[in-house]
Amino acid sequence: MKTLILRTASNYLLPILLLFSIFILLRGHYLPGGGFVGGLIASIAFVLHAFANGLKDTKKLLKFHPGFLMPVGLAISFLSGALPVLVFDEPFMTGLWMHDAIPVLGKLGTALFFDIGVYIVVQGVTLTIIFTISESA
Amino acid sequence: MTQQLLLYPLLFQLFLSILLMFFWTKIETQKVISIVGSCIAVFLSALLFYEVWNFGTQTVQAANWEAPYGITFVADTLSATLVLLTSIAGLAVSLYSSASVIPARLRFGYFSIYHFLLLGLTGAFLTGDIFNLYVWFEIIIISSFVLITLGGEKAQIEGAVKYFTLNILASIIFLTAIAVLYGLAGSLNMADLAVLVPQLENRRLVEVAAILFLVGFGIKSAVFPLYFWLPASYHTPPSAVAAIFGGLLTKVGVYALIRIFSLIFLKDVFLDEILMVIAVLTLFSGAIGSLVQRNVRKAFSYLIICHIGFMIGGLAMFTKVALTGMVFYLIHDIMVKTNLFMISGLIYRIKGTNNMKYLGDLYDKFPKLSFLMFIPFLSLIGVPPFSGFWPKISLILATLEQKNYILLGAIIFGSLLTLIIIARLWSEVFWKKGEELPVRKHFLYYQKMTNLKKVQFIAPIIMLTGVSLYIGFGAEHIQQLSSRIASELFDNTSYIEAVMPQNK
Repeated sequence: MKTLILRTASNYLLPILLLFSIFILLRGHYLPGGGFVGGLIASIAFVLHAFANGLKDTKKLLKFHPGFLMPVGLAISFLSGALPVLVFDEPFMTGLWMHDAIPVLGKLGTALFFDIGVYIVVQGVTLTIIFTISESA
Repeated sequence: MTQQLLLYPLLFQLFLSILLMFFWTKIETQKVISIVGSCIAVFLSALLFYEVWNFGTQTVQAANWEAPYGITFVADTLSATLVLLTSIAGLAVSLYSSASVIPARLRFGYFSIYHFLLLGLTGAFLTGDIFNLYVWFEIIIISSFVLITLGGEKAQIEGAVKYFTLNILASIIFLTAIAVLYGLAGSLNMADLAVLVPQLENRRLVEVAAILFLVGFGIKSAVFPLYFWLPASYHTPPSAVAAIFGGLLTKVGVYALIRIFSLIFLKDVFLDEILMVIAVLTLFSGAIGSLVQRNVRKAFSYLIICHIGFMIGGLAMFTKVALTGMVFYLIHDIMVKTNLFMISGLIYRIKGTNNMKYLGDLYDKFPKLSFLMFIPFLSLIGVPPFSGFWPKISLILATLEQKNYILLGAIIFGSLLTLIIIARLWSEVFWKKGEELPVRKHFLYYQKMTNLKKVQFIAPIIMLTGVSLYIGFGAEHIQQLSSRIASELFDNTSYIEAVMPQNK
């Protein structure tokens, strides 16, 4: 599907979709959205890029195997959950929050890092599955 | 000591599997991490056990949400014991896998998935929330699907399909049961349910929910009419995987049955009778099924089913003596069954087959190894003073107390047939003059392994045999432990108070 229109469009769509996925990720704490949906949207961005420009180009763009994202994301989520246990002797997954809000982002807390972990894991899993299938096809 | 000790065995397994994913391609590093990590896991579980033994039931409310709204993790004596046994079996199998599983299989994240499985098991034993229990069961079956299919041989896939189908069915039934129960009682916390369910007026629907739980967990623990997936799938994966499956996976089902029927659905004559019938039929069918098998691992698979019958029988009688026997048997069974499958793996690596027809001569050629393998067999049969003997005393005492002669007969029948099966296995595999088998070219024979690998192969078997011997010769301690667990199960108020202190 190497049409000129799709290729040109995908060059613009990739950054827009990625930005949108981050917006969805940050929005997720109180409103619909969150790490899972955000991660799916981000992987759609890369899949679209792969459709337009071929798998090789997307892999070059990513620079590392998407499977590597899985342990990284899991580690971030795990640490955000385990931090209260290890540092403050509070139960697992207890939410820790900063006192003052940061502009744009809002209040920072461990919940956000958990979601970021999910965001990365979902990208890693989806891209690994899709890349593997399209390689063997 | 920290308050959160309860979560450490759980979190540590998760940490290990994430760490192992970072070393995806480096198998040798993975082996080291897995073995060292399993040692630390044993230490953490032992700490938890020590804490629970001395200071009573421990609870943690995850994320600080009060029960019954949040997810509670509870470690009473039963949970702590099972977590400790899981970590011991986990260490043994981790050591055993590093020598016995071929690198082609290890390459696809074997150790990482293996620790996910242990995470699921530990979580299932520790959780105090029935929906959370479902989630841990999912983690267990997802990782076991991967472990059972790694390698992708035809027989493996065939076994996996059967395993997958029935386990998914069990999960769906389990989930339906949770939905019904939640609709009735409006709570998912097991301690809260223990308070709410006896007060419910719609007894018929409560019974339906109970039967759904029984069917769901019955499939998972392989009781009489629902066991077909087990012998169809357990002989296909590598013996290290079969060891952890045989030792622990069915026992999680039994554990869940114990929890549900000692905590939520109590004193129901109808249910007790069903459990009794199931126990008797499980004992019969497992023993007879094992008798006709010519494959060592298939024979062992049927023995798992047969011995589940002992535990279900103990649960069905529900007296203190019966529960003591049941818990003792559970402790003994986890160690022995894990060991049995590792032994079948050793036989496979020596001879290249598990078919009794071609096996033989083992005693002639490997007298020391044969002697080592003889001890778990004795424990399994229950020759006094080995470990299988003591729980049967309690179980038989309980049947006599209740004048339940059918179950008594079934227990004696099951023990006797186990004896016959093992005696036949011994004469066929160890004493018979064996055939000279053609040497397989790319096969990893035990005789050709380096000394380090041989140690890795034998050490876990020696270790678990040692634990079995301790259970047999130190039966006094285990009996003490079992009777304490039994009294905790028999009177569930301590469990409820530990989870919800405001209910006093």
